[in-house]
Amino acid sequence: MNSFNPRYHRQVILPEIGISGQKKLDNAKVLVIGAGGLGCPILQYLVAAGIGTIGIIDFDIVDVSNLHRQILYGKSSLGENKALAAKKRLEDLNSDITIHAYPEKLTTKNALTLFSDYDIVVDGSDNFSTRYLVNDACIITNKPLVYGAIFKFEGQVAIFNYQNGPSYRCLFPEPPKEGSVPSCSEIGVLGVLPGIIGSMQANEVLKIILELDTSLSRKLMTYNCLTTQSVSFNINRVDTEITKVLEAAPHFENHDYDLFCGLQNIKEISAEDAFSIKTAQFIDVRESHEQPKIEKLNPLSIPLGQLQNELNTLDPEKEIIVFCQSGIRSKKAIEILLKHSFINVSHIKGGAVALNNALPDFKAVDNHSSYLKN
Amino acid sequence: MELNIKYFGMLAEATATHEEQMQIETCSVAQLLEKLNHRYPKLANMDFKVAINQQLVRPDSIINSEAEIALLPPFAGG
Repeated sequence: MNSFNPRYHRQVILPEIGISGQKKLDNAKVLVIGAGGLGCPILQYLVAAGIGTIGIIDFDIVDVSNLHRQILYGKSSLGENKALAAKKRLEDLNSDITIHAYPEKLTTKNALTLFSDYDIVVDGSDNFSTRYLVNDACIITNKPLVYGAIFKFEGQVAIFNYQNGPSYRCLFPEPPKEGSVPSCSEIGVLGVLPGIIGSMQANEVLKIILELDTSLSRKLMTYNCLTTQSVSFNINRVDTEITKVLEAAPHFENHDYDLFCGLQNIKEISAEDAFSIKTAQFIDVRESHEQPKIEKLNPLSIPLGQLQNELNTLDPEKEIIVFCQSGIRSKKAIEILLKHSFINVSHIKGGAVALNNALPDFKAVDNHSSYLKN
Repeated sequence: MELNIKYFGMLAEATATHEEQMQIETCSVAQLLEKLNHRYPKLANMDFKVAINQQLVRPDSIINSEAEIALLPPFAGG
């Protein structure tokens, strides 16, 4: 890449950026956690602006219900890993930069090594355990963290761990009680909201690199897309919170963030393995209209909301394997089953989407071939 | 004195309002929350931070003049 690339002309002519600013962007390395609702706009603008090296980590796969907000993906990406699908799309958007895709889950085992390779970390994740993990790994590796999160029509943006500013734990030292904050997949989200919040995160990343105004550090900005009201709050650094993380750093790899966030250790089965299990009772906890159906497993259909009342139809002696569309509702189902003393229970990672992909012969694509025959 | 209280995220659902005014004598944040928990029992089980005039504060902070109070829950969605 050279700094006179006409691609960047409109931003290079801004006196606040110039050729020297474009060089800073080219030299920068930014890691984006999650290529979902927030990750897509973050990545799109950072790639377009010419950040020299971009990392994308996401273990999830593209589902049709993602497309109304995860604007890097289309029909052709369905079933693909998000990090890989995003990389493919982004390389078409800008081939002058380097993009690394990590199609895996961010864990305490890979976070520190990964973060060390980048200058700035951007959090576009969708759950508290990842958010605390990302925050702590940023403190330990001393990387600024550009935070964004959404709930229904509201979003939050902040810069953490920057120039001795506060961290996420200085704002929220402890995660909320498990289940008290529902996720987008449970309560819905307007597609434009992560677009706005993710774009704001990208804006903050660019300003950090360009050494422009970074006053959002030490602040939490909130935005409501219904009222279009934005309010910013001052946050103080709480040294004891940061010291706690640094003191626990030698044991970081063994820290269980799911447990810290109140999540029980729920046994997962891969979609590939599910088809070889012959003795278990499979339960589909999706609503009856949801597709694709996984008939090969001969599942009992009990929508999550009815599970509590239908427990007596299940055999507690038998192994029970639950699935939903993507693996979130099935976790809830497991919690219900565990509470009612069902012991031999597990759920399928990635849900029906993963199952459908693991069984190419039974894919919905069959509709296409029968269409051709007709 | 009059407080203007703003509820964010799921707190707005728990209270069924985004914003309201309240008459109150000088009190700590914790005392204000007790009153709010009484009025909205759902709030008692929710996690959030409190800001006075856009400054995040601790439960022992004193509210002694007209102020804008904000109740901010954490979000995880992305």
